[in-house]
Amino acid sequence: MTGDAPLLTARDLSKAYGTTRALDGVSLDVRAGEILAVMGPSGSGKSTLMHCLAGIVRPDSGELRYRDRDLIAASDAERSALRRGEFGFVFQFGQLVPELTCLENVALPLRMEGVRRKEAERRAAYWLERLDVADVAGKRPGQASGGQGQRVAIARALVTEPSVVFADEPTGALDSLNGEMVMRLLTECAEQSRTAVVLVTHEPSVAAYSHREIVVRDGRIRTSAGSAR
Amino acid sequence: MSLSHTLLALLERGPRHGYDLKQEFDAQFGQDRPLHYGQVYATLARLLKNGLVEVDAVEHGGGPERKRYAITTAGVTDVEEWLSQPESPALYLHSTLYTKVVLALLTGRDAAAVLDAQRAAHLDLMRTLTRRKTRGDLADALICDHAIFHLEADLRWLELTSARLDRLAEEVRS
Repeated sequence: MTGDAPLLTARDLSKAYGTTRALDGVSLDVRAGEILAVMGPSGSGKSTLMHCLAGIVRPDSGELRYRDRDLIAASDAERSALRRGEFGFVFQFGQLVPELTCLENVALPLRMEGVRRKEAERRAAYWLERLDVADVAGKRPGQASGGQGQRVAIARALVTEPSVVFADEPTGALDSLNGEMVMRLLTECAEQSRTAVVLVTHEPSVAAYSHREIVVRDGRIRTSAGSAR
Repeated sequence: MSLSHTLLALLERGPRHGYDLKQEFDAQFGQDRPLHYGQVYATLARLLKNGLVEVDAVEHGGGPERKRYAITTAGVTDVEEWLSQPESPALYLHSTLYTKVVLALLTGRDAAAVLDAQRAAHLDLMRTLTRRKTRGDLADALICDHAIFHLEADLRWLELTSARLDRLAEEVRS
């Protein structure tokens, strides 16, 4: 793992909202296949860090690169294209489109990239199968359970075969058993496809699925620890 | 909890007689079990023998002579090493962790670093158990879960204490 060039490189990132310093000189690398837990209490800056790394929020200062691309200098359109093609997202509440079936939800990122419907749905079906929710393919998200919905959301995040998946409290709305299944499937799939995962969580039992953790407090990184695989 | 390290760290704040050391220990940590004088003097004798404290004054009053003890440079190094070394994660560690945090605050060290080192050690063990759980059978998973939930309780305590360090510092130094 250490031999690879980092996918994401952040140096001295700072971001303020008004007089509040959400990030204060944060530096870190994210490498291919790495599962990095970003921990910290509410309001510590961990979500702002994730949003900066994912190109959703532009930091006020510092350097931020994805491979050889400068994410701070990139235009909104370039950042948007990067988010669609290279990054995947999983949120606390699946945020699936309620009017579409689960299969159509998973196929959606591919359709937005211009992939034809039949091919997009074939690939979506494959990922639903991988996440053990093929049985809800034809159902709307409202007809699936919370755990199933979250696995559909993971299938949607992975369907474009992204380099990095950003997961923000992915088990926050699930009970222990479903949370465990979601984390096991997310990390297994990511490891098999060498997808990096940036896992924002305040739950130690979720962070325990990572390879290493960083702890954010008052916008700064307190520690970086964790074992190599 | 290591009594010798605790007394040593309390001595780092300044030389004390055995009596004062017992009073200070009881005030900070003796809520459930105050120290016996015998424990204090036996520990001080051992620390003296190991060169971690020295007698810096002897008072001759009407009764028995009273020795005042001071920490040596070797003693300070010993405290430093003990505080910076995370405890091996085990169940019900809280009293040792609490003692370390208070002593770090009392001796002007970085108490947050004590908590950070402990969090990293706990998470490392949780990671090992989680890996074992996902690869093992159901019995293995249940055994690992039991340990994971207890570690999680410790981690919650570490998190809460991190958030309350400023207040704790005020209280223990007052």
